[in-house]
Amino acid sequence: MRTVPVRPGPAVPCGLPAAARPIVRLCLVALVLLAFAVPAGATTDDDQFAAAVDALALGSYNDRVAAIEALAALGDPRAVAVLEALMARDLYTRKDTGAVVIGAPADSRRQVRPVDPVTGTIGEPVRTRSLAKIRVNNRVRRAIRSALGALTLADPEPARRLDAAQAVFTARDPDQLVPVRRALEHEADPDVRAALVQAAAAIELAAGSPAERLAAIAVLAESSDPAVQALLSERLLDRDGAPVEPDDEVRAAAADALDRIEQRIAMWRLVGDVYRGVSLGSVLLLAAIGLAITFGVMGVINMAHGEMVMLGAYTTFVLQDAIRTHAPGLFDWSLLIAVPLAFAVAGLVGIAIERGVIRFLYGRPLETLLATWGLSLILQQAVRTVFGPTNREVGTPDWMQGAFETAAGITLTYNRLVIIVFALAVFAVLLAVIRKSAFGLEMRAVTQNRRMASAMGIRTGWVDALTFGLGSGIAGIAGVALSQIDNVSPNLGQSYIVDSFMVVVFGGVGNLWGTLAGALSLGVANKLLEPTVGPVLGKILVLVAIILFIQKRPRGLFALKGRAVEA
Amino acid sequence: MSARVRTAAAAGVVGLAALVSGAALAQDAPPIKVGILHSLSGTMAISETTLKDVMLMLIDRQNAAGGVLGRPLEAVVVDPASNWPLFAEKARELIEQDEVAVVFGCWTSVSRKSVLPVFEELNGLLFYPVQYEGEESSRNVFYTGAAPNQQAIPAVEYLMSEDGGAAERWVLLGTDYVYPRTTNKILRAFLNANGITDADIFENYTPFGHSDWQTIVGQVKAFASAGKRTAVVSTINGDANVPFYKELANQGISAEDIPVVAFSVGEEELAGLDTAPLVGHLAAWNYFMSVDTEDNADFIDAWLDFIGDDARVTNDPMEAHYIGFNMWVQAVSQAGTTDVDAVRQAMYGQRARNLTGGVAVMNTNHHLSKPVLIGEIQDDGQFETVWSTDGVVVGDAWSDYIPESAKLTADWTYPWVCGNCEAPRFPVTAE
Repeated sequence: MRTVPVRPGPAVPCGLPAAARPIVRLCLVALVLLAFAVPAGATTDDDQFAAAVDALALGSYNDRVAAIEALAALGDPRAVAVLEALMARDLYTRKDTGAVVIGAPADSRRQVRPVDPVTGTIGEPVRTRSLAKIRVNNRVRRAIRSALGALTLADPEPARRLDAAQAVFTARDPDQLVPVRRALEHEADPDVRAALVQAAAAIELAAGSPAERLAAIAVLAESSDPAVQALLSERLLDRDGAPVEPDDEVRAAAADALDRIEQRIAMWRLVGDVYRGVSLGSVLLLAAIGLAITFGVMGVINMAHGEMVMLGAYTTFVLQDAIRTHAPGLFDWSLLIAVPLAFAVAGLVGIAIERGVIRFLYGRPLETLLATWGLSLILQQAVRTVFGPTNREVGTPDWMQGAFETAAGITLTYNRLVIIVFALAVFAVLLAVIRKSAFGLEMRAVTQNRRMASAMGIRTGWVDALTFGLGSGIAGIAGVALSQIDNVSPNLGQSYIVDSFMVVVFGGVGNLWGTLAGALSLGVANKLLEPTVGPVLGKILVLVAIILFIQKRPRGLFALKGRAVEA
Repeated sequence: MSARVRTAAAAGVVGLAALVSGAALAQDAPPIKVGILHSLSGTMAISETTLKDVMLMLIDRQNAAGGVLGRPLEAVVVDPASNWPLFAEKARELIEQDEVAVVFGCWTSVSRKSVLPVFEELNGLLFYPVQYEGEESSRNVFYTGAAPNQQAIPAVEYLMSEDGGAAERWVLLGTDYVYPRTTNKILRAFLNANGITDADIFENYTPFGHSDWQTIVGQVKAFASAGKRTAVVSTINGDANVPFYKELANQGISAEDIPVVAFSVGEEELAGLDTAPLVGHLAAWNYFMSVDTEDNADFIDAWLDFIGDDARVTNDPMEAHYIGFNMWVQAVSQAGTTDVDAVRQAMYGQRARNLTGGVAVMNTNHHLSKPVLIGEIQDDGQFETVWSTDGVVVGDAWSDYIPESAKLTADWTYPWVCGNCEAPRFPVTAE
C-alpha cells in the first residue's frame, strides 16, 4: 500500500498544557504514525510520482499510453521498475484499496508479494485473486519500450543500453537528442556507441538543420540496416511520391546513400539465401544419409526410413522428460545424451526389421516396398497410441537458442548453425566407419560381391543386419536434430521420406559423397528459387529439374563405375 | 426396472464410457445414435482427436442427465484417417448402415467439401465446428465455427485501429489450399476497400507441413522494413505453425514490431511450444480458454476430469461442438423426434449459452451469431483477450467483399429456401 504524506496542521492541538493527558497520548500516536508515514525526503515529487503510477491503471489503452509517457517524462529512476513490471504483466491494482502494486513472486503460485512502487516496501503475500492485473497490448508494450529506452540509456548493463539506443532510434523523438548526446560522451562499449550515433543521426535527419542532415546522412550511409534504408527512402519520397526533403543537396546525398545501402543489402541477401540453402541442405543430408546406406549401399527400398527418424525424435522427447523429472541440471546436455540413445533405439528397431521382414525379401524390390510401407504405418500408429496424436514438445537447450545478427538484418539462428555442423560431423564419422573400420570393409565386400565375401568367411547375413541397423541408427540421430526444427509428431518421418529418396537418387546411388553434394545442391537451389517464385513453385521446379537430370544421367551426380555396378 | 436403479446408473461418475451408462437407459428405449466423424489417425489427428473426445464427454453428460426424449445417446465413432475420399465413405456408412440421427465432424474444408454431396443426397445432418472460409450454405450442414466476418475481418479491423498498432502494410501468409486462399481473397478485397494498395500487400503460400521458414520470415522482415507499420495475417494450418513460430522467435521478430494474427492457432497448437518469445502475437476466435466465466470454468473442469490430464487445454472448435450439441439436443427435444427435417426446422432461432458469456443464436443461413474475441499470446500458452465485439456478430455465409458473392443470400426459410440465391425461390407476388 502506498503511504500518503500528511502534514501536521493546526488542527492537532499538541501544544496544550500537560493537564490534557489523553490528548497528549493521542498526539504521540499521531507523531509516531507520521514518522512512519512520511519517509525521509518525502516531497511533492512522491505525490506526483504516485499519481503518475496510479494513472497507469485507469482508462483505455490510449490513456495508458499517455500515462506511460507522462510517467517517463518525470525522469524518476523508480519508474524503470514500474514500467518493467507492467511490461512483464506484474503490475496490479489491489481490488480492496485500488492502489497500484508491483507483484513480486511469493512461495505459492497463487500468491504474490505486493511491492509499493513509491517506497519500495514489500508487503505480506496476498492472493493473486485479490489483485487485478493491469492489461497491456502490443501498442502499450511499444510505448513502454520507448519510455524505458530514454530511462535506461545510462544503465550499467551494456545490453540494456543497446536496447535503449535501438528504442530511441525507432522512436526518433527530438526530445531525446540531448540525452543521447550526453550518453555518447561517456559510452565506452563500441556496439552501444554505434547504435547511439545511429540513433542521434536518425533524430537529426528528421529535425536538424541542412548541414546537420548532411552529416547525419554521411553517418547513416555506412549502415546496411534495412531500418536505415526505410528511414532514408521515407526522407526522399513520401507515400504519395512527392519529395519530402526540401534541400537539393541533402536530397542528392540521401539518394546516393540509399543506393549504396541497397547494394550492400542485396549482397547480404544473397549471402543469406545461400546460408539458408546450406542449412536446408544439411537437414536433407541428415535425413538422407541413413538411406544412403540402406538404399544406396544395400539396395533396400526402405519406406519406413522416415519412421526411424521419428523414433529418434521421440527418444529425445522421452529422454528429456526423464531428465526434467530426475536430473534437471543435465537438461543442457540432453541432446548430446540423446544422440547415442537414439542411435541405439532406431538401430535396434532397424535390425529387428531386417531380421524379421527384409531378409526374406532380398531381390524382390516391389514386395520390399510394400512391406516396409506397411511397417511405416504400423510404427506411426504404434507411436500415436503410446504418445498420443498431439505434438510433443522437445525443449531447446539454452546454447541453441537465439540468433547471430549479421548486417542487413540477416539472422543466422544458432539451432540451424548447430545442425549444419552436426550434419557434417555425422557425415565424416560415417565416412570414416565405412572406409577405415573392419566392419566397413566387410560391408563393402558383401555389397560388392556377396558370394565371394561369403567364401572368405564373412557372415553375410549378420553383416546385412548390422548394415541396416547402421543406416537406421543414423536416421535416429537425424531425428534428434530434426526434433529441434520440426514437430515431434507421429507424422514427422513422412515429410522427409520423399526428399531423402530424391537426394540419394540425385546424388548417385551407393556414393556417400554424392549424397552430400546432392543434399547441398538441392538445398541451395531450393532456397535461391524460393524468394522469387515462392516455396510451392520452387519445389516443383527443383523436382522437374531432377527428373530431367535423371533422364540424362540415370545414375545420378556421382555414378559408381566398374564391375560392381553390373553385379 | 426401477427408477432408482436407472437414476443411479445415469448419475454415474462422469468418465464412464458412453456405452455403460447408455446400456442402463437402453432397457427402456432404443438409443439415439450420434455419429462422430473426426480423423483419429493421419495428419489431422492432432486436432481432430480432441474433438472426438469432447463429443464423447458431451454425450456422457447428456446421458447422465437423462438422455434425450427419454432415450440414451450412443456415440458411433469412425476414423476417416485424414483421407478426404474416406470421409465421404465413412459419412455414407454412418448414415446408411448405422442410421445415425446426426453427425458431428470434419475439420478441414476439403473434408467438408468431400462429405457434402453425401449428406445432401441422403438428407443427413452435419454439425461442422471449425472456422472456415464461408462461401457455402448447405441445407444439411450447420456451421458452428466462425465465418470470415466473425474472425478474419474483425481481426484485421483491430490491427488497423490505433489500439491494434495502426498497420498499413500487410503480409498474408497461408497454407496452400481452399481456406487460406479464399480468406485472403476476401481480406485483399477488404484491405483495398480500406485504401490499402496492392503494393502494400504481400501474399505467400506454403505447402502443408512446411517446416523451413527461414526464407519467408526473412522476406517478411524485409517487407516490414519499408517504414510503415506492418502486420502479418496467418492462415497457416496445422503442424506448420510450430516451426513458423519457432523461426519468428529465433529471428527475433517481436509482436511489438510485427504482430502476427492467426486464425488457425489456438491453445492446442500452442501446447507444443515455448510461448515466452511469442508474447503479444494474436489470434482471433470466438472462444479462449482464459475467458473468466462460470460456464467456462465448469466446462474446463468437466473436460479435465473426463480426459484425466490437467495439462490439456480447451479451444474454440470444442466450444463450437458444445454449442452445436446443446442446440441439437434442444431442437430434438422441441421437435419430439430425431427426424432430420423436423430437427432442421427446430434449429432456426435456437439459442444456447456461449462459454464466454452471452447467448449464441442459430440463424436461417445455418450460421451462428457469436461474439468475436481477439487475444494476445501469453507466456503460459494461453491467450488474453485484448479486444472483443460489444455484442454478437451474425455469421455471414456469403462475403460482402467479393462482388460475385455479395449478391447471394443464404436463407433456408420461406420464401427463400435456398443457400445461394439472388432471389427467393418462392417470390411473394404483390397483390
